[in-house]
Amino acid sequence: MASSLLSRPSPPCNTHTISFSYSLASPLQWPSRHSSFLKFHLRPYQRNPSVQAKIREIFMPALSSTMTEGKIVSWIKSEGDVLSKGESVVVVESDKADMDVETFYDGILAAIVVGEGETAPVGAPIGLLAETEEEIAEAKAKGASSSNTVPSSAPPAPSFPPPSPVSGTVSSSPKKVALPPVSDGPRKIVATPYAKKLAKQHKIDIGSIVGTGPFNRITPADIEAAAGIAPNSSTSNAGSVNVASPAPSPKTAAPAPPPSIPGSTVVPFTTMQAAVSKNMFDSLSVPTFRVGYPVMTGALDALYEKVKPKGVTMTALLAKAAAMALAQHPVVNASCKDGKNFTYNSSINIAVAVAINGGLITPVLQDADKLDLYLLSQRWKELVDKARAKQLQPNEYNSGTFTLSNLGMFGVDRFDAILPPGQGAIMAVGASKPTVVADGDGFFSVKSKMLVNVTADHRIVYGADLAAFLQTFAKIVENPESLTL
Amino acid sequence: MQASISLSAASHSSIVRSDRTVEFISNIKPVNLRFCGLRREALGSYALKRPGSRLVSLLGRRSLTEVSASLSSNGVSSKGFDYDLVIIGAGVGGHGAALHAVEKGMKTAIIEGDVVGGTCVNRGCVPSKALLAVSGRMREFQNEQHLKALGLQVSSAGYDRQGVANHANDLASKIRNNLTNSMKAIGVDILTGVGTVLGPQKVKYGKVGFSDNVITAKNIIIATGSVPFVPKGIEVDGKTVITSDHALKLESVPDWIAIVGSGYIGLEFSDVYTALGSEVTFIEALDQLMPGFDPEIGKLAQRVLINPRKIDYHTGVFASKITPAKDGKPVTIELIDAKTKEPKPTLEVDAALIATGRAPFTKGLGLENINVETQRGFIPVDERMRVIDKNGNLVPHVYCIGDANGKMMLAHAASAQGISVIEQVSGKDHVLNHLSIPAACFTHPEISMVGLTEPQAREKGEQEGFEVSVAKTSFKANTKALAENEGEGLAKMIYRPDTGEILGVHIFGLHAADLIHEASNAIALGTCIQDIKFAVHAHPTLSEVLDELFKSAKVCGVTSPVKEPVAV
Repeated sequence: MASSLLSRPSPPCNTHTISFSYSLASPLQWPSRHSSFLKFHLRPYQRNPSVQAKIREIFMPALSSTMTEGKIVSWIKSEGDVLSKGESVVVVESDKADMDVETFYDGILAAIVVGEGETAPVGAPIGLLAETEEEIAEAKAKGASSSNTVPSSAPPAPSFPPPSPVSGTVSSSPKKVALPPVSDGPRKIVATPYAKKLAKQHKIDIGSIVGTGPFNRITPADIEAAAGIAPNSSTSNAGSVNVASPAPSPKTAAPAPPPSIPGSTVVPFTTMQAAVSKNMFDSLSVPTFRVGYPVMTGALDALYEKVKPKGVTMTALLAKAAAMALAQHPVVNASCKDGKNFTYNSSINIAVAVAINGGLITPVLQDADKLDLYLLSQRWKELVDKARAKQLQPNEYNSGTFTLSNLGMFGVDRFDAILPPGQGAIMAVGASKPTVVADGDGFFSVKSKMLVNVTADHRIVYGADLAAFLQTFAKIVENPESLTL
Repeated sequence: MQASISLSAASHSSIVRSDRTVEFISNIKPVNLRFCGLRREALGSYALKRPGSRLVSLLGRRSLTEVSASLSSNGVSSKGFDYDLVIIGAGVGGHGAALHAVEKGMKTAIIEGDVVGGTCVNRGCVPSKALLAVSGRMREFQNEQHLKALGLQVSSAGYDRQGVANHANDLASKIRNNLTNSMKAIGVDILTGVGTVLGPQKVKYGKVGFSDNVITAKNIIIATGSVPFVPKGIEVDGKTVITSDHALKLESVPDWIAIVGSGYIGLEFSDVYTALGSEVTFIEALDQLMPGFDPEIGKLAQRVLINPRKIDYHTGVFASKITPAKDGKPVTIELIDAKTKEPKPTLEVDAALIATGRAPFTKGLGLENINVETQRGFIPVDERMRVIDKNGNLVPHVYCIGDANGKMMLAHAASAQGISVIEQVSGKDHVLNHLSIPAACFTHPEISMVGLTEPQAREKGEQEGFEVSVAKTSFKANTKALAENEGEGLAKMIYRPDTGEILGVHIFGLHAADLIHEASNAIALGTCIQDIKFAVHAHPTLSEVLDELFKSAKVCGVTSPVKEPVAV
């Protein structure tokens, strides 16, 4: 059972590993007739790993990338109703919309854990689905025990990490320690509507702020000052979190941390580092494999010398070459979102890994196959400037369909990259080094050789696919005239 | 004054002379040639009976010596009356009635005590659309994400308050002139002054300080409209405590404005003010914002129009006292709980806009002369807009349309009611179906509706024993909406699954106000879903949202009778 639900075998313990991610980014995929439908992912209730689970939890879906909790508007079905695959079961209200949620599985709605009007965090169980009538009682007992632990907003028994703060700047913001304001009598607090909104967003106690606006009212600027935010005319916080993955997914219970060595210092992750950590952890759910290939770079180096004065960088050359090769091998540019389908991406967006100030980010060269080399180089420069200024917009770092990582400039001759979740393949490029090679006739010569190593998702990209892709890539690099076309 | 020279053939022209006027009248219908208004003095109207009972009237014009020949089709009045029809009030309702009356061959006059165009043109729908056009663009320019998604770069958007205000004012005067000219062109007499009903077929009018003129008319339409309603306890100073009349002049853009009332007017102004940089606090007496909208649409609208903007709100409270800013103090708003009447904390803001609805403007109409008593200021009428007197009897020849009767306080409803009245007096019975009149709120995105809301329809279904179904479509599935990157929106239809009758349609989304008419026309013409679903819509257009809506409805009853001719 578990294997049909999840793309990887569940660990035999009572922790619930779920992989679910809803991409709402492409509205075109929405059914047009009815406002919106989403399907549940259900996970088996694994009390005993040896017995196949027949009771599934229905859990709060993530209806949008910003949703952290959802409210049950209404249950369309009641306890005891027989559900068939595809039927709407419950209406959930997110921060954006009300949506009908339908089930992926046949069964009986055994218990409603979160009632109408109540709220549950994303991923928390909201109901239980039994396969047969016999299991209803068992499920109900289960539901009763867990519903006790689910008062409107508290996380349910198998606890998930609390939703991370919306903005990275919040957690680190120096909050004023609330000294009780010196006052004679109750102080009247007047705050403007936006100031109140900001205070709530940044979890600032509005009572601790002294207003500087007209009539001593608290203005948005006062809150921003208290939250340690540089007053910025465009105060949208959308771009401040650089997490590429679309939905929060709960992690497995962490093993007990090793005993710390005396004298060590603990430095918490920055938001970017936390995002990297999370993405790397998530990558473990993808079965990957690697294929390496030697590429002769003599012609490429010659071309590089020629176009370098025009502002073309090696990154742009490699991105362009990879994009052109991908155009011929769309499967390598595809991704596997749910373990069931190939998702062929309509554009070739090359993400390029960039180390930045203790962090790692992947600015994306969109439509790299279509832009010419010079535009691509120009675009790359803009992206790097933006990355430095921390001004990359989400779509400029999370829209990649293929990643390029180059450690050649450090003298690394070969390495192996981790496939970021949501993409089909990543290319690790080593340094180009003069190497003695022998040709078919037994003649030795010295040529510049670079080793590239591609990591790919074996669910969709197979060995031969990758080999063929690398062959094309090598051919393009070895005959690089086409890059300038 | 119309300056066109008529080319119509007149078989005979008669010249009537009084000491001051000359008027040519042709007796050819429908095309009459008339030269009117050669006089020096302002004001006054003269009517002379001519042999043959043709009545000639003199127009009150304030212009200096002018000779005009107008291509006129304004009819000649019937026996014994100065006019076939006199309309009191030249707003959109009166204008619609006047145009239709002339088309029906009636000799028509319209009395206006203020400016032609009424509330809609001068202090309502029209100037507010100018402000909303500005706010819509400001929103687009300020929405970086949206611009980026389209690949656009706009440095920073700013505005010049006076420029915006001028645009609104210019638009109002342009539309006012259009309206005036459209009536003059067909020869409607525009009489200036306050009109008072003297009897069922007699009206006097005149300016304060001048002598009144009395005219007779076969039928009278009262179309005096409404003024902003200001609850007691609220002191309007026109500067910091204002009504929509002042707000439309946009004399200031306060940092923080409280809007009392969250109906159409309040909502539209919140859109304008927040786009121009103000923060807004809504004060709503009912328990939820946007009362009157379909609950589902209201909820969605709140998510898009209120929650993400710099707006907060207090619901279930009355503003019991509002004091304008003075002596270095801000505007203070005293609140009480709407139910318990307990006092709530006082608000201090920079300005307050009173948008608590509109009160009928029926004072000084002389209703006592026809034994009519207003109800909360409104003139009671039956479904044919005939005025009802104190005793519940119809007053003959007197009709009331528009805001003054309170049936549906919308400009286009007034106009439709006026046309309905003209149909009746010209001998064709007509009852206007108010459930087919659309309404729109021009926020960004817009809200529009026609017919019943879902709760209303369900209640009606329960009472009358029919089933009610709901169909919905999303703008997210519409190509044109996505091309504009404006996929936020919902269209909802409430209908009878047994007959396919459309009971109501509610739209929230891009250009919703323009989209509603397919539904309102269907309701007006009685078109059923099973028929309209075969209508073809151009692709890709927003109208396909409604196409989808009609197609997604499930009508289970028998389809309408065979339309094709069948040999028998």
